[in-house]
Amino acid sequence: MERVALIIDGQEIRTRRGATILETALENKIYIPHLCYHPDLKPAGACRVCLVELDSGKIVTSCRTPVREGMVVKTKGPELDNVRRPVIEMIVANHHMDCRNCLKKGQCALQKITAYMKIDKKGIQQDLRLPVTGLPVDDSNPFFIRDHNKCVLCGICVRTCHEIAKVSAVDFAGRGDNSKIAAFGDRAIAASQCVSCGECVIRCPVGALVLRNPEKPLQYIKSVCPYCGVGCGIHLGVRDDRIVHVRADAASTVNSGNLCVKGRFGIGFVHSPDRLKEPMVRVTLKQRSAPDAMRPLKNAGIRVSGSEHFRVASWEEALGLVAENLKKYKRDEFALIASTRCTNEDDYVAQKFARVVMGSNHIDTSARLYYSPNIAAFRRTGKCVGFIPSQEDSGGFPGAAGHNPEQIEQAGCILVAGADISRSHPVLGLKIKNSVDHGARLLVISPNENDLCRIAEKWLTPYAGTELALIMGMCNVIVEKELFDSAFTGMYCRNFEEFRESAGDFSLGRVERITGVARDLIEESARIYAAGKPAAIFWGSGITQYARGTDNVHALINLAILTANIKYSLALNPLSEQSNALGACDMGCLPDYYLCYQPVGDRDIREKMESLWDCKLNPDPGLTLTEIIDAALAERIKALYIIGSDPALTVAPSKKVQAALKKAKFIIFQDMFINETAKYAHVVLPAASFAEKEGTLINTDGKTQAMERALEPAGNSRPDWAIMSELAKRMQSKGFEFGSADDILSEILAVIGNLPERIGRFKLFPLQYTPPADTTDTDYPVILTSERDLYTDSVMSEKVEGMRKLRTEEYVFINPRDADDFDISDGETVRIISRHGAIETEARLTGTTPSGLVVMNREKEKINQLLNPVLDAISGTPETKICAVRLEKIRRSKKREKRSKVSAAGGHV
Amino acid sequence: MEEEFVDRILASYKGERNELVPILQEVQENLGYLPEKAMIDIARFLGVPGSHVYSVASFYAQFRTLPLGKTRVAVCRGTACHIRGAPLILHEIEDAIHLKEGETSGDLEYTLETVACIGCCALAPCIKVNMDVAGDMTPEKAKELFKGNGNSNGGNRGE
Repeated sequence: MERVALIIDGQEIRTRRGATILETALENKIYIPHLCYHPDLKPAGACRVCLVELDSGKIVTSCRTPVREGMVVKTKGPELDNVRRPVIEMIVANHHMDCRNCLKKGQCALQKITAYMKIDKKGIQQDLRLPVTGLPVDDSNPFFIRDHNKCVLCGICVRTCHEIAKVSAVDFAGRGDNSKIAAFGDRAIAASQCVSCGECVIRCPVGALVLRNPEKPLQYIKSVCPYCGVGCGIHLGVRDDRIVHVRADAASTVNSGNLCVKGRFGIGFVHSPDRLKEPMVRVTLKQRSAPDAMRPLKNAGIRVSGSEHFRVASWEEALGLVAENLKKYKRDEFALIASTRCTNEDDYVAQKFARVVMGSNHIDTSARLYYSPNIAAFRRTGKCVGFIPSQEDSGGFPGAAGHNPEQIEQAGCILVAGADISRSHPVLGLKIKNSVDHGARLLVISPNENDLCRIAEKWLTPYAGTELALIMGMCNVIVEKELFDSAFTGMYCRNFEEFRESAGDFSLGRVERITGVARDLIEESARIYAAGKPAAIFWGSGITQYARGTDNVHALINLAILTANIKYSLALNPLSEQSNALGACDMGCLPDYYLCYQPVGDRDIREKMESLWDCKLNPDPGLTLTEIIDAALAERIKALYIIGSDPALTVAPSKKVQAALKKAKFIIFQDMFINETAKYAHVVLPAASFAEKEGTLINTDGKTQAMERALEPAGNSRPDWAIMSELAKRMQSKGFEFGSADDILSEILAVIGNLPERIGRFKLFPLQYTPPADTTDTDYPVILTSERDLYTDSVMSEKVEGMRKLRTEEYVFINPRDADDFDISDGETVRIISRHGAIETEARLTGTTPSGLVVMNREKEKINQLLNPVLDAISGTPETKICAVRLEKIRRSKKREKRSKVSAAGGHV
Repeated sequence: MEEEFVDRILASYKGERNELVPILQEVQENLGYLPEKAMIDIARFLGVPGSHVYSVASFYAQFRTLPLGKTRVAVCRGTACHIRGAPLILHEIEDAIHLKEGETSGDLEYTLETVACIGCCALAPCIKVNMDVAGDMTPEKAKELFKGNGNSNGGNRGE
């Protein structure tokens, strides 16, 4: 790198060309007062505080002036002072200077500047005209406070929201001395487009944006965010065995210093009073007693029926009871539902427990509900999925399952299908927006509008459930117009000719009729995808949660194979929704696969595993999540071990699941909190949270990340692996003598090291289009689909008060025209009726929802009461994305009708 | 109604960022002010954040985000009017229609504003009621002009 020499305050300095004077000075510990400069943002030169004098006598803003060879810079002097002092004095005059009571004291940039410049605060307030009235403080956000009276209008928050958060919720408003930072319409920040990510709060140089009740941590512990599959690196700030602050890991390639609201403000659940702290066992009481033990249940709003209660028990007693009962239900009478939020170590021990101790392959996780089609399609195609111990990106074929998230920025084209990434995986959404800023061309396939649609070059809106036809239409364009990579398909594809023929079925005319997407739009999109190298595809439940989910994924893989994009590791990115959904699958929490997708049905593999684990294994593949429920209902499965999940709520149809749980003879429930499923349990075991144990997680990119322990487990809770290892020992099983999570990881690596490698050639999949299983007719004329709220993510966010405040209430969005048909007005409570059930919720009219579609949020997973899903024949994933429904008015209210006319026009911002 | 207006106006633009001010002007010309919904539609049309549209709309004195009253009363406070008693006239009108300077009555009947000079200093002090100029004002004349119109007490809106 080229170096430049310059002199600042008589000190000779060498720095890189292109650096600014301010950067160079700060790097060399020379302080130049500054307010609007922030290292993460583009310099604005707005505050005029960072002025310096050049040898020519010229006074310039140091934040905007690049260094030049031989430059001589003075950062102080009488000339400079004459210019700079009044600037600062005027800022101070307009600033609420009650520093002693300010939450920012000691870290305030203005305080530092006034001290450095020896500004006489009292003198200014006598000489200069002060602002007359105090502006009201905006405390609408539960996590931070905005105080305009302390704002210096440096614009750092405006630029952060624009450049980093990419939301632009705030901007300068007004003029002259009435200027202030305001959201649209000067609304309260919680009522604006703000996503509460807090990026502006941590960058505000003064006390205008401050966290509520800031506490200074004594030490920071490296960890990984427990919410979505992105797996952002975080540092937990700990003081007195409490997490008082969370900071993004700037060194992490996953989130490069960014966090969303969940990571930054959603960790408080760890200290929730509702945490399970003691093991509990169910008792049938003659008289009502033991109210204390019931408290966690009551706090969770759960009633246990009749005379059934839980009482606190010792670990000794609880585990004794579990061991004694499990001995009765070995082999196929036992099923284990593992957690997609536990560590790899926990999940490894869980599946080993089920297979080795209980002799059962009935192991599954909630990943079955949306991720299994990805695994099935990848395996059938010949692409690796799975655990990669080393993190290097080989670049060779076939591409590794994981990739370096930094690469997204280099993508030439990004295709997002069936996912609202800005809500479900906010930090990944930022990366995609970043790469669009860097020139990537964005294509979005989504029936209803989401955040990324607005910046997409092409937004394709197929009717919900017709995605396969649309994607195959794109494949057909690529084949027909010779846009495919013939060298690649010739070398690496087994069946190109067969595929070419079948793709011909998807002529653009036919695809347009099926999907409702204009043929030109499909052709242009296909061309953009084929031309963008490397092109990345991201997809979520809008692709997988269909009765033909695996085929949908195949269609996307076909795109990547045809264009040879599959050789790039970022080509195919199924999104995992929980922090370790991919890890749970990699660890073998699947009925048909051992660790790393080694098939259970393969005799050689089984024998290998038997020798590694030194035991006899059940040779038959087990049942999937929904099949386990069916088997429990049919009383073939009698004992269930449910870890960190809530099938009673998350698996459809809810009623059937609850009936099945009621029938089970013995249920062990193990989690941090009581939930709907727990009320069917016979024994409840308290598990440690992510912050209270060591371990590794695998994020949606396939990257393995380690967490350190920050806290002691709450109360008497224990890490999941420790509970199951102890139980295995009690049941006289060998191979569970783990002293720490590290011991387990060593065993995992040793097992993986012994597995055969599997690499093949790619296979294109000729596909047929069939409509989704649940289609509309005259009785059920519209399609219901669901979307996720930014602030709602399982029981964890539920236990954080601020998240509960910010989330949207239950609603169903409906197009005003459809609403007219059903005679529904805005804000009205309506009944949604499907072929399988009915629920009530509030209707909201919005023009952004297309006609024919109604969109519900997943609040409390109410949608599961409406479904009776058909399963994907290949992956067993239920079709839960869509459901044909009709809406019914419940009662008529004139007042509401009037209001609706106004707000229908208002829509949602 | 409003929505159709906005849609029609937007249809005559290309959707480029630099059209923001002309669009705001045209919308205000037709609707009398900039309703929030119109600003949201404009933001979507131009592909800019809503906060940016609001920023521009709130910067220029010509834009209003609240509707105007049916009768716009502008009291001149130019030099000539000022020395001939404009402040007294303003007070009188404020009392008569129960509005402070810059406010619009809750029933959208009146908007009271002050201007720097109407341009007819010979008639000072003068006021303008909608498009009509009334000169040689006195507090009595002003009182007479707004007689019986001061009943709108319901929730004045600031501008």
